[in-house]
Amino acid sequence: MSGRRQGLAVLVAAARTQRGAVGLVIVAAVVLLAVAGPLVVPHPPTESVTGTFAEPSSAFPLGGDNIGRDVLSRVLAGGWLLLVMAAAATAIGVGGGVILGIAAAYRGRLTDGLLMRAVDVLLAFPQLVFALLLVSVLGSHGWLIVLAVGISHAPQVARVVRATALEICERDFVRSVELMGTPARRVMTGEVLPNVTSVVTVELGLRFTWSILIIASLSFLGLGIQPPEANWGLMINENRIGLVSNPWAVVVPTALIAIITIGLNTFTDAIARASLGVERPAEEAALAAGTPLELAS
Amino acid sequence: MSTGTAVAERGLIRLQRLGRTHPVLRLVAVRILLGVLTLWLVSIVIFAATQALPGNAANAVLGQSATPELLRAVERQLHLDEPLSQQYLSWIGGVLHGDFGTSLANGEPVSEFIGPRILNSAVLVLVAGVIGTLISGALGVLAAARRDGWFDHLSSVVALAITAVPEFVVAIALVILFAVVVLHWLPAVSAVPPGSQPWDDLNALILPVATLAIVIAPYFFRMVRGALIEVLEADYVETAELQGLSRRRVLLFHALPNAVPPMIQVIGLNLLYLAGGIVVVEYVFNYPGLGAALVEAVTNRDVPVIQFIVLVLTAFYVVVNITTDVIALLFSPRRRGTR
Amino acid sequence: MSAAAASELGVVDEAQPLLAVDRLRVVIARSQAAVVDEASFTLDQGEVLGLVGESGSGKTTLALALLGHTRRGLEIGGGQVLFRGLDALSAGPELRGSQIAYVAQDPAAALNPTLRVGTLLREVLRADGRFQGAAVDERIAELLEEVRLVGVAGVLDALPHQLSGGQQQRVMLALAFARRPGLIVLDEPTTGLDVTTQRHVLDTVRTLCGQYHVGAVYVSHDLAVVAELADRVGVMYAGRLVELGPTGRVFRTPAHPYTRGLLRAIPSPTRAHVLAGLEGQPPRPGARPHGCSFTPRCEFALAECRAGEPAPAPVAGDAHWARCLRADTIVGLRPLAELPERERQPEDDGEPPLLEVNSLRAAYGERQVLTDVGFAVRPHRCLAIVGESGAGKTTLARCIAGLHSNWEGTIAMDGRPLSADRRGRGRELTRRMQYIFQNPYTSLNPRKTAEQLVEQPLRELMSLSRAERSERVSDALAEAALSDDYRGRYPDELSGGERQRVAIARALVLEPELLICDEVTSALDVSVQAAIVELLHRLQRTRGVTLLLITHNLALVRSLADDVLILRDGRIVEHGPDVLDQPKSEYATQLLANVPSLTPA
Repeated sequence: MSGRRQGLAVLVAAARTQRGAVGLVIVAAVVLLAVAGPLVVPHPPTESVTGTFAEPSSAFPLGGDNIGRDVLSRVLAGGWLLLVMAAAATAIGVGGGVILGIAAAYRGRLTDGLLMRAVDVLLAFPQLVFALLLVSVLGSHGWLIVLAVGISHAPQVARVVRATALEICERDFVRSVELMGTPARRVMTGEVLPNVTSVVTVELGLRFTWSILIIASLSFLGLGIQPPEANWGLMINENRIGLVSNPWAVVVPTALIAIITIGLNTFTDAIARASLGVERPAEEAALAAGTPLELAS
Repeated sequence: MSTGTAVAERGLIRLQRLGRTHPVLRLVAVRILLGVLTLWLVSIVIFAATQALPGNAANAVLGQSATPELLRAVERQLHLDEPLSQQYLSWIGGVLHGDFGTSLANGEPVSEFIGPRILNSAVLVLVAGVIGTLISGALGVLAAARRDGWFDHLSSVVALAITAVPEFVVAIALVILFAVVVLHWLPAVSAVPPGSQPWDDLNALILPVATLAIVIAPYFFRMVRGALIEVLEADYVETAELQGLSRRRVLLFHALPNAVPPMIQVIGLNLLYLAGGIVVVEYVFNYPGLGAALVEAVTNRDVPVIQFIVLVLTAFYVVVNITTDVIALLFSPRRRGTR
Repeated sequence: MSAAAASELGVVDEAQPLLAVDRLRVVIARSQAAVVDEASFTLDQGEVLGLVGESGSGKTTLALALLGHTRRGLEIGGGQVLFRGLDALSAGPELRGSQIAYVAQDPAAALNPTLRVGTLLREVLRADGRFQGAAVDERIAELLEEVRLVGVAGVLDALPHQLSGGQQQRVMLALAFARRPGLIVLDEPTTGLDVTTQRHVLDTVRTLCGQYHVGAVYVSHDLAVVAELADRVGVMYAGRLVELGPTGRVFRTPAHPYTRGLLRAIPSPTRAHVLAGLEGQPPRPGARPHGCSFTPRCEFALAECRAGEPAPAPVAGDAHWARCLRADTIVGLRPLAELPERERQPEDDGEPPLLEVNSLRAAYGERQVLTDVGFAVRPHRCLAIVGESGAGKTTLARCIAGLHSNWEGTIAMDGRPLSADRRGRGRELTRRMQYIFQNPYTSLNPRKTAEQLVEQPLRELMSLSRAERSERVSDALAEAALSDDYRGRYPDELSGGERQRVAIARALVLEPELLICDEVTSALDVSVQAAIVELLHRLQRTRGVTLLLITHNLALVRSLADDVLILRDGRIVEHGPDVLDQPKSEYATQLLANVPSLTPA
């Protein structure tokens, strides 16, 4: 196991572990359902076709929702937008965070101070509250939600990336490349960035989970993706009152959100362990030999 | 040089000397100043998000019924025709004087009805925070002490699962389990009638508190476990063991004190999660706190209320952060100066 | 019977050895692969046994196992450890601290950062039921006197990080000797300490062991230190004891090819001779070949060596044995005599200095590190800059290289002054001066192949075609004794020695005139150091590269350097070609006297 194609190798290694495989399968299953779902809906998801909170029947296996729409169809159609928005928000957040984190770590001093001040300010806002704040005046537009969630991810990612990047910037190989006269930008992209990929991969997984949670929560509060579009978060809220009559309308979307986030979290955890494992052989050998890798000076 | 500046200069020199002889005091002071700066910048962000963006508040308030004359009238009422900096100063000046604006939804001054809300949320956060932290902390210590044992593995898996699940799912699951579908022990709604205190009906508090505690428990558990494990692997713990000291003494006297500083900073993070968590939890349980008020305000585009609540929540976080940083500083003799 | 009960009853068998280890085996729990295997030896009261080996030999694991302790992931796989007749493996926790004590390698990490020295000492004493009240303070006073910490004001109230490395180690010694144990296990206690401090610590250990008749097991990778301190020495390789005997005899006439190899790889502080390194690396646990583990690297290997691990073969009586089928032959060879002396460089060749430093003053923030430093570096020669830690030698190297810019004065190359900021230096200058870092584990980007690493300077500083670059890379790798196979390898596929050679190849690819080597062998094992040293020597003699060697290792200086410059607290103490033979200052004389030697007087 070596540094070659670090990102890919780690993902594969993670997928091979028990936890990783389980997580990956779960995520794949739900993603498949969400993406293919809208194509196989038995009934139009936004039309009332049965009774309010109707009990499950052969024609409507999951019964009816709060205004008599087919729950199954809405479940099938209600996932893809959530996942796409979450993916976009994650990309923005992680991308921004990586750039900020590396810049702060490498440039240090003033840049670091300023960026970390900005990070502190944004971190003071709970992510959901931040999204609510932005949505309050401009309205619940998809792009705005994605932007708000993405921006609120960036400081957290920046902090994590900065911590790793700081340690890397201390290492002599960065000094040696600087001695060659390499300009700063190339040092950051060529030397620092490739060495933070394992941390970034884990963050991608974590942030994606959070994005789903926040966007679903927003929809749940009625302030996210607006009706009548089918939407798991919104469905949970809409059908709360009918919990006693037709629990499926609430239980199924709830379960789906829970399942994909648990699966994602499990896979991300497997990634985290796998990237540790890539560095472990050297550690294990040292441990076994009983000699620390410490060096006399 | 006037006497005024001379006095100020002397005071400054004395302060500097104080700072040099008492490095800890200096660090604390710096930390507090930074916190104030952060808070000020936060207020600017809140203001910008609500009043400086295109599609102004007046539009939002009037919505469909916006005609040009009505728009202008509302704008004048909300002072939206003044330059931005003026608007900001009047808002922040008001806040510092206790004038938190007037709600657009019910026309009352915010300060009048927000008090009980703050209290309700505070009780919720405090109780959930204490219970969640204590339980998860204890579990974390246990898991670290018996690392790789069955308890460790089980609790890690459970923690992983819980962190993945959104708060409303936890809330609804608890409602389904204990209130509506499976068992019927507890109320599904925790409305606190106006005028009464949240602790008057403890039954109503149980589910919201439980939800919040469950939501934050796994984070704190993980961090406590991680911090303690890192300490347990340290050389000085091995040395203590090799000196023949008992396992209990090594754990309590050598290991734990070194694990405390990182744990304290995590408590701060925990409280931040709580501040975010109350939004959904209060909404689900109809609990009259800040979170539910925020949702209502956003739904109604009630800008002054939104501004104030977000300010309270963020100020809460900043203050907690400063406190935990200072406590952590005082606890770690070596880290003073390294951050 | 328990250890406590036994000592109370005074049941101590004088006829028994203090420590008897019989076929001790420590394995990795998960794979059951042996980290230490078939370790057997005895130790008498008052005797010091040295355990030498390189990284991966298992010496620390063995040392810890003597206390019945294994690190995470390891477990005892077999064998016996008898301390005064008691089973130390099962009674370990009872014996620890009271009967057997441990001194760790890194005192800064081994002392609890939040507890004061006084608290630590009191705690250890109170754990022993015999100490109450005033007796505790008395013993503490005694201990401070013995480890020579009495003079240090407020030491009892100090936190570990407020003490120097040497003081911290003496605190560890005090903690170890506090309850007057019968056996002390010391794990490289002087690694990372200055020669002078190291001398003090060794003297303290020797005195205390003698005074209290304490047996000691001293683990080290430094044979010279062990030569000074130990009565007997055991050599470990790949988890096994391959040779054991009286120190003088083992080091003068080793009976095992590995011991012989080690001795030939170590530079001597008194004689400049060619060094002979060992090719290859020791096998990892679980990857140890059938038969003698050393066979792949052994020049005396026979076919039978692969058949099975040789049993300890006595050489000249029972006291000295070696696990080698050819022990008798090897013991008759003289390992060092055959190594030729180094040729001295002709004194004056009249060429102008390559580098001139004048009135250099350097600082880190407010702290002055170098004061009034001035010297010349003659071309095609090796100048060693020597000093203890804090002397400023690395700072000096960094100022010259352009890594540190907070300095005043002049540094001139070929008469042209260099700017403090490396960015103002230009390509040509950068090309002519190259820097090699100490730590090969952090000086190479883990995400790049050897080829990419060695090619990088070419891409940055020269405009060559792809083919030209590739050729230069091959040449540079060959110069560093690395075959073309190494091109596609990543750093974590390489050993420490190989990594350092890639770093050297990277420095060579630009064909520099000046090579600044900053402690380039400190992070490497002894057998690997020799190869690097010989490589550098060859570069200097045959390619005419000027070497600026930063080191604290005086033996290395003897082996490589033509000129020596001694720094102390940021100032030059001595400078010249004969400093080692005819030191003029007291500091230099003291320094040379404090260096441990393989053949102590």
